[in-house]
Amino acid sequence: MHTIVCIKQVPDPEIPPAKFKIDPVAKKVIPPPGVPPVISVYDERAVEAACRLKDKHKGKITVLSLGSEKATDVVRHAISMGADEGYVLQDEAFENLDSFGTAYVLGKAIQKIGGYDLILCGRQAADWGAGQVGSILAEILGLPIITLACDIQVEDKKLKIKRILKDGFEIVEAPTPAVATVSSEIGLPRLPAGVALMLARRKQIPIWKAKDIGADLSELDPSKVHTEITEIFIPTRERKCEMIPGATPAEVATNLVSKLVKLI
Amino acid sequence: MSEYKGVMVLGEITEGKLAPITIELLGIGRRLANDLGEELSLLLMGGKAGVLAREAIAYGANKVYVAEDSLFDEYNSDTYTQWISNFCQKTMPSILLIGHTDIGCDLAPRLNGRLRGGLAMDAVNLSIDPSTKLLVSTRPIFGGNAYAKVVSRFARPQMATVRTKIFPPAERDDSRQGEIVSVAEKVDPSIIKAKVIDRIKEEFEGVKLEDAEVIVSGGHGIGSAKNFELLWELARLLGGTVGATRRACDEGWVPVTRQIGQSGKVVSPKLYIAVALSGAMSHIVGCLGSKCIVAINKDPEANIFNVAHFGIVADYKEVLPVLIEKFKEQRSP
Repeated sequence: MHTIVCIKQVPDPEIPPAKFKIDPVAKKVIPPPGVPPVISVYDERAVEAACRLKDKHKGKITVLSLGSEKATDVVRHAISMGADEGYVLQDEAFENLDSFGTAYVLGKAIQKIGGYDLILCGRQAADWGAGQVGSILAEILGLPIITLACDIQVEDKKLKIKRILKDGFEIVEAPTPAVATVSSEIGLPRLPAGVALMLARRKQIPIWKAKDIGADLSELDPSKVHTEITEIFIPTRERKCEMIPGATPAEVATNLVSKLVKLI
Repeated sequence: MSEYKGVMVLGEITEGKLAPITIELLGIGRRLANDLGEELSLLLMGGKAGVLAREAIAYGANKVYVAEDSLFDEYNSDTYTQWISNFCQKTMPSILLIGHTDIGCDLAPRLNGRLRGGLAMDAVNLSIDPSTKLLVSTRPIFGGNAYAKVVSRFARPQMATVRTKIFPPAERDDSRQGEIVSVAEKVDPSIIKAKVIDRIKEEFEGVKLEDAEVIVSGGHGIGSAKNFELLWELARLLGGTVGATRRACDEGWVPVTRQIGQSGKVVSPKLYIAVALSGAMSHIVGCLGSKCIVAINKDPEANIFNVAHFGIVADYKEVLPVLIEKFKEQRSP
């Protein structure tokens, strides 16, 4: 069983909203100073899903991250969790790609690696959250896709995937190889052991450029972009919170109830 | 690209009726089509789709395409993608609107990959740029901390999945005239690779989150599954139900189906009581539509106070029990 997991490094989404700043002219988010970027939350769950399959069926996990050279950090994180190999896809031509460009580059790298049974992505990135790369990747590779997976089982080269619906679940059966996107409902990711962390730090993480994966640069030409962001903004909220007075919890509760009486 | 024309809505049918989101999409779709001076069409798929066509015209569609095939009654990613992409290559809509529903979330990105269009997921606003005539979709980014306006200059169709309950439903006018076109192309079931073999509906205790008028929601600060019982007591007393943040669900204190926020449910009750949750944007986007938000949190700096109508800075363990007592007193005079 060989699983390839696509992961992304993102600004830490857990920072308090007050520290969240944007540059509306550059249409970029200003990373909060001193807060290191992290692996995107759903992608970490995808690594966890791959590790659970490896726990059960043995085999191999390869991780791929398209980003800056610093993305070696998230690849190492995945390796410390249980992945075997990892690559960073970094090239000037890979900057500012839309979902199609990202899926194209990942697809090229996946074709180079080859010999896979399952490709996992997070359901969406924690930053731009376009929620399309996994599906477009499946289309490029001509594979079935199962989105929003919360449990993945493999038996006789057949996948049985539980996926999230608004008011329940469904079970989908699909042949391998296939692509699945993983949702947070799969459960908490494992904490790497100290030894694993140390070994991951020593691991060589190759950086692949466009030429290493045979990417056709004309495919990434800005004139071929499918979507463009014309503006980003932080919504203004003018709500003023009325603090409920009271010297004791009982007083506060009484005052709140009298405020809410009309409402319910 | 001028050969692509008109606004098309991908219809959904639930329990034999036009789904609420479809009526919402016909409303906003009508407005976009008017702004462009082009036609609004609707695609309806299903064994008995035809009976709904007249109604769709009353809701504003100029043209309703009906694909009557009972194979469409259950959504399948493989058949829907194949059939709809073929259909769009023939009909060439300039804009394709899809609900941000179970079906839309799965179908839209894959359909986009097949059609090589331009898609914005989870759109909360749509407009036509007056000078370029392009569709402008506004969607949340960075977990709802910010929003982006997205356009597609070079790719067609311009697609968006649209969040439910954002746009008002279209107004019905039975005097409207329109065209009903029956589409004969059948589905080829042999292309199915991924098959749904079972569907499990989550049994909900009490009211459904989406229908609840009162929601008592807890965050990581609640501390344990047992502590959530206090929230349940208050919720039951007020005829409501309990929700939770992603972190509380991750801990296993509350089933994930009760998760509110970007990767969970979007709710808009009359009263939303946010207990011991800091108010990460990814949670807040799920409850911002509530009529009244009450925040109870120990930390006066917690972000939830920026969106709440009423706030209490205190330990919830001290406040909730007395709050329950006071509500009981008020209810039994």
